[in-house]
Amino acid sequence: MRNILLTTAAVGLAATPALAEISDGVVKIGILNDQSGVYADFGGKYSYEAARMAVEDFGGKVLDAPIEVVTADHQNKPDIASNIARQWYDTEQVDSIMELTTSSVALAVQALSKEKNKVTITTGAATTELTGAQCSPLGFHWAYDTHALAVGTGGALVEAGGDSWFFLTADYAFGYSLEEQTANFVKEKGGQVVGSVRHPLATTDYSSFLLQAQSSGAKVIGLANAGMDTQNAIKQASEFGITQGGQKLAALLFTIAEVHGLGLDAAQGLNLTESFYWNRTPESAEFGKRFKERTGVMPNMVHAGTYSAVTQYLKAIEAAGTDETEAVAAKLHELPVSDVFTQNGKVAANGRMISDVYLMEVKKPDEVTEDWDYYKVVATIPGDQAYLDPAESGCPLVK
Amino acid sequence: MIFGIPVQALMGQLLVGLINGSFYALLSLGLAIIFGLLRVINFAHGAQYMLGAFAALLLLNWGGINYWLALILAPLIVGLMAAVVEKTMLSRLYKLDHLYGLLFTFGLALAIEGTFRYFFGASGKPYAPPAQLTGAVNLGFMFLPIYRGWVVIASLAVCIAVWLLIEKTKLGAYLRAATENPVLVQAFGVNVPLLLTLTYALGAGLAGFAGVLAAPVYQVSPLMGSNLIIIVFAVVVVGGMGSILGAIVTGYLLGVVEGLTKVFYPEASNIVIFVIMAIVLILRPAGLFGKDA
Repeated sequence: MRNILLTTAAVGLAATPALAEISDGVVKIGILNDQSGVYADFGGKYSYEAARMAVEDFGGKVLDAPIEVVTADHQNKPDIASNIARQWYDTEQVDSIMELTTSSVALAVQALSKEKNKVTITTGAATTELTGAQCSPLGFHWAYDTHALAVGTGGALVEAGGDSWFFLTADYAFGYSLEEQTANFVKEKGGQVVGSVRHPLATTDYSSFLLQAQSSGAKVIGLANAGMDTQNAIKQASEFGITQGGQKLAALLFTIAEVHGLGLDAAQGLNLTESFYWNRTPESAEFGKRFKERTGVMPNMVHAGTYSAVTQYLKAIEAAGTDETEAVAAKLHELPVSDVFTQNGKVAANGRMISDVYLMEVKKPDEVTEDWDYYKVVATIPGDQAYLDPAESGCPLVK
Repeated sequence: MIFGIPVQALMGQLLVGLINGSFYALLSLGLAIIFGLLRVINFAHGAQYMLGAFAALLLLNWGGINYWLALILAPLIVGLMAAVVEKTMLSRLYKLDHLYGLLFTFGLALAIEGTFRYFFGASGKPYAPPAQLTGAVNLGFMFLPIYRGWVVIASLAVCIAVWLLIEKTKLGAYLRAATENPVLVQAFGVNVPLLLTLTYALGAGLAGFAGVLAAPVYQVSPLMGSNLIIIVFAVVVVGGMGSILGAIVTGYLLGVVEGLTKVFYPEASNIVIFVIMAIVLILRPAGLFGKDA
């Protein structure tokens, strides 16, 4: 008995100094994203599961302190997101907020977190602004951005022969920037843009626009929109015989979650860019299958990216020996990223995590050998080419 | 060439407009019937349209029931559910201000959509068109998917049938009479509450029917109805609240106008209907086919 007491005391003593390095005795990570709207499958509750998996795989503790994951729905509204973030930081001891689907939300929460001296890691938003003019020493951007998508789909597809483009663009800032960045790569690689049409957000019928795209004779129809808009456009394109007629469809922001929702009959032949595919390596397949057991779906780049972001954050705390913000941010900048998401990731001075991205083509239904085996990897774009050179990103932190 | 647009392209867009108009007509018809007889602004109409599409999908996945049977069964299921809702809840609100009916159906729509989103996710599920209607015909000026042609024919047939039912049959006469003076009609021994239940079920059933028709064209998703419902309300207002013929004609008309806008000025395509609504409200507040009160 006396021995046991002594041992307990000794363990307790050994643990105390480390615990003291963790504020409030617990590391708390908040997953803030859209859980009920158009991006609910793109990130949603699946990202929360990915974060919880990362914590479990890490052992549930860092520096002997327990790790907690909390989550909330921001409904794609920056004001709601900022309120939740404020409450998390001020009264619930949340140490870091991650995921942040929707660019406007991510920009708002990243700015707020800088003010509150907290780390954010965005995995669900697309804008390059996060690591550009509005970059933050405490803000990190994982998984993808509009630049990487544009290089992947725009650049690589032209090299594969798709040298004339027609854009179907959602009529708001996100659509314009996606179209503009992609068009630049198309032209840079020697392709040409023969036309474009802008459709209002949340249009249900695309037949008029698709007929215009069809008669333009372009080899590639670029879909500069997202979520259900892209899904409906693709579904109706197959109805009007566009892909059968030899034109290619390129979705500029589309993941395996939406491909699954659409079904291969409509999605086959579609080109898209993702930074993660579960069936690419044995490790990613193992991760994918475990994820699917928990959630019923295979992870897309946002889900796997969130897993990677949480893991890297915990590694940084471990390496820093504290969860104090500046020390962790310094380690996040310094440590290489190597996990199921990427093997050769690195974080640039502007907070951009640079890893390879892949141009995919959706398989035909008869080429699929197992459940969710949807992609052929057409090209691998090395991270340094996929992402904007930090020196040219416009981020004042890069000197 | 007309205004710089090739005639062939214009013909294609007119046809596409007619197809969209078919959905508007079916949906606004149901809304108009419900408003005309119950004086309820049925905000659950989009949710009922979505339920129709999901009913078809679930009948197929769980019961192996094909499209053609679903086209009959799904509207019946949606109609039955609507009848239960009317009997147990909505009917209690008739005595109160119209606003209560609106708020109730709006809340109902949110609850139904939220439930489906929880179980099926936001990105929805695909539903394949029936084998007999896949493929397309080349009309010379455009590539017409056979299924879209079927949508125009089916919705036109149903619209005409419903119009005949209400304008030319005895049941229709009762319905119209009950709208004018429910107390008097009840005094003649007609069961007015039952008529109202049937009317609500019919309106919802039409939305369900439109949902089944839409399933192979659009993604079957919990949010599919909320995108459409506002436009359909505008159609009803332009046609004249409660006017059956107005709802049908305006549905097709605005579908075509919207189709043409997509060619000449695509950015305005989802507001053109509201611009027309505003103009009509200024010039003819009762709507194009409405009776001036």
